[in-house]
Amino acid sequence: MGVYINKDTKVIVQGITGSTALFHTKQMLEYGTKIVAGVTPGKGGTEVEGVPVFNTVQDAVKETGANVSVIYVPAPFAADAIMEAVDADLDMTICITEHIPVLDMVKVKRYMEGKKTRLVGPNCPGVITADECKIGIMPGYIHTKGHVGVVSRSGTLTYEAVHQLTQAGIGQTTAVGIGGDPVNGTNFIDALSAFNEDEETYAVVMIGEIGGTAEEEAAAWIKANMTKPVIGFIGGQTAPEGKRMGHAGAIISGGQGTAEGKIKAMEAAGMKVAATPSVIGDTLIEAIKEAGLYDACKTH
Amino acid sequence: MNIHEYQGKQLLRQYGVAVSKGIVAFSPEEAVKAAKELGSSVIVVKAQIHAGGRGKAGGVKIAKNLDEVREYAKELLGKVLVTHQTGPEGKEVKRLLIEEGSDIKKEYYVGLVLDRATSRVTLMGSEEGGMDVEEVAANTPEKIFYEEIDPVAGLTGFQARRMAFNMNIPAKLVNKAAKFMLGLYQVYIEKDASIVEINPLVVTTDDNVLALDAKFNFDGNALYRHNDIIEMRDYDEEDPKEIEASKYDLSYISLDGNIGCMVNGAGLAMATMDTISYYGGSPANFLDVGGGATAEKVTEAFKIILSDSNVKGIFVNIFGGIMKCDVIAEGVIIAAKEVGLTVPLVVRLEGTNVDLGKKLLNESGLNIIAADSMADGAQKIVKLVG
Repeated sequence: MGVYINKDTKVIVQGITGSTALFHTKQMLEYGTKIVAGVTPGKGGTEVEGVPVFNTVQDAVKETGANVSVIYVPAPFAADAIMEAVDADLDMTICITEHIPVLDMVKVKRYMEGKKTRLVGPNCPGVITADECKIGIMPGYIHTKGHVGVVSRSGTLTYEAVHQLTQAGIGQTTAVGIGGDPVNGTNFIDALSAFNEDEETYAVVMIGEIGGTAEEEAAAWIKANMTKPVIGFIGGQTAPEGKRMGHAGAIISGGQGTAEGKIKAMEAAGMKVAATPSVIGDTLIEAIKEAGLYDACKTH
Repeated sequence: MNIHEYQGKQLLRQYGVAVSKGIVAFSPEEAVKAAKELGSSVIVVKAQIHAGGRGKAGGVKIAKNLDEVREYAKELLGKVLVTHQTGPEGKEVKRLLIEEGSDIKKEYYVGLVLDRATSRVTLMGSEEGGMDVEEVAANTPEKIFYEEIDPVAGLTGFQARRMAFNMNIPAKLVNKAAKFMLGLYQVYIEKDASIVEINPLVVTTDDNVLALDAKFNFDGNALYRHNDIIEMRDYDEEDPKEIEASKYDLSYISLDGNIGCMVNGAGLAMATMDTISYYGGSPANFLDVGGGATAEKVTEAFKIILSDSNVKGIFVNIFGGIMKCDVIAEGVIIAAKEVGLTVPLVVRLEGTNVDLGKKLLNESGLNIIAADSMADGAQKIVKLVG
């Protein structure tokens, strides 16, 4: 179970012949992900890691029945790759590529209107449903199957949170990295609402960071709709205004997007907020204990 | 990436957007020559630095004759301007824009910016020009108007006219103002800008609609397709440590504290700064070595951190996912030996091959303090730095 992807998900790797993609294709195959096709224009008919390569996503879908793609294509061509996945009517495409020009993504978002494909990312670690399917670049071994969903704007901070949960004996359903860019596909509310409907997910960890208003909007949505405990953390509490902290989206400007405002919004929604990243796991445990879900979440 | 006002105005001119006549000058002689060439009775001498609030800080002077131009140019060149955007250390003026004076009837504001909520570019406009638009937004939000732009259609004529009417631009000048905004949008899109602000946009007594100032910021991720914009980069305006870091694809931001940080991943790097502050310390920098850090990158990162004389200790916090901890440990050891580490170093390693990584650090003979978690490491470095 879990959200978005599971053991039946059939995956295409877009840009499969690049060195990063090859490395991660091996890792994903080792985890048990069903990678059924790769796409590199001009390399159709060849094979890498036992995976057949096609010239177009359309060909790959037709031949293999794949329903999800993951994109490792370099930034100048990544927006085109997303649109190709959308055009092929995939259920979902996960874009790992970072440094995509923002105006390319503005176009992509417009192109996606009225189409069925869900986009995760760009500039994200990917999505993993523990013990079933890993799509992206996250280390698989830190994940354990269980009942906590994780959604995050940051890659390594997601690993930190998942690692803490696993060490504390709390398994996960799915971890969704939505990425650190200002224009992205799946947002917090999309992922939260998927977790809310997933029977296997009992509680959720939401990791935000400074910049934009996505966390505030998510907090309002949680207050109105969420039936499961959600705990939060906001990165960048000590970041000065006007300095962009690595992620294209992580900047405080005009007093907007501050950690303080986000934490306030989360607390107003009844969420517990971890004061430091080291206590994300402990904060979740506190919340599920209060909700009487600790025993159900504990991995046996 | 930011550019200077005079460079922004050059771009606007290329797109047929009306700006005052002006010439850049690097010396008082050039300033006088430029003023002569302009032949205007009133000449404006404007300091060119990458920060707003120059007028209030005394960086804009009105000269009535060539002697005054020379005098103001001498005064401004080499002067350190402190505005609300420069920080207390200010910025040294090295370039001037010599511009013909305009007879201003009224000042307005127009800007283009990405709206993250809609994933679209938005045109903003107000009749409250010449002042801080964030103040206008806070005090009189009803005086700011917005037009959301469809990326397929682009900014349309009716949207530009509606904006001009909403801004109360005189009816006979609405078409001129609309043309101005359409040109502005063209520059924004074709040059991959992330912010364009014209504050103020002015209507003159002789019925012109002009950009009196121009603030541009460009999307760093799109610079690969704009060599003309890259050429406008002014390294004098940037932190040398940040320039050095960008050469090695390291994301580095200088801060005021004394604990140097080296982390993989932007989110974890921010969280590490937060944790150091939580335990009473103060980070000297944000530094994300990225996912594919090599020994060479780690070495360069160390050198950059140590080039900051405020640094009294270093905290390395790595969650090796796909990246292996032993590779990071090797990089740290090589770097520490190469740069001759003199300050305390706390290393927290987690993830793939963590035991091997820790073993390498222990056997390196270096004075490296190991930490079991981010919190543990932060507490240790804060204590060591005192």
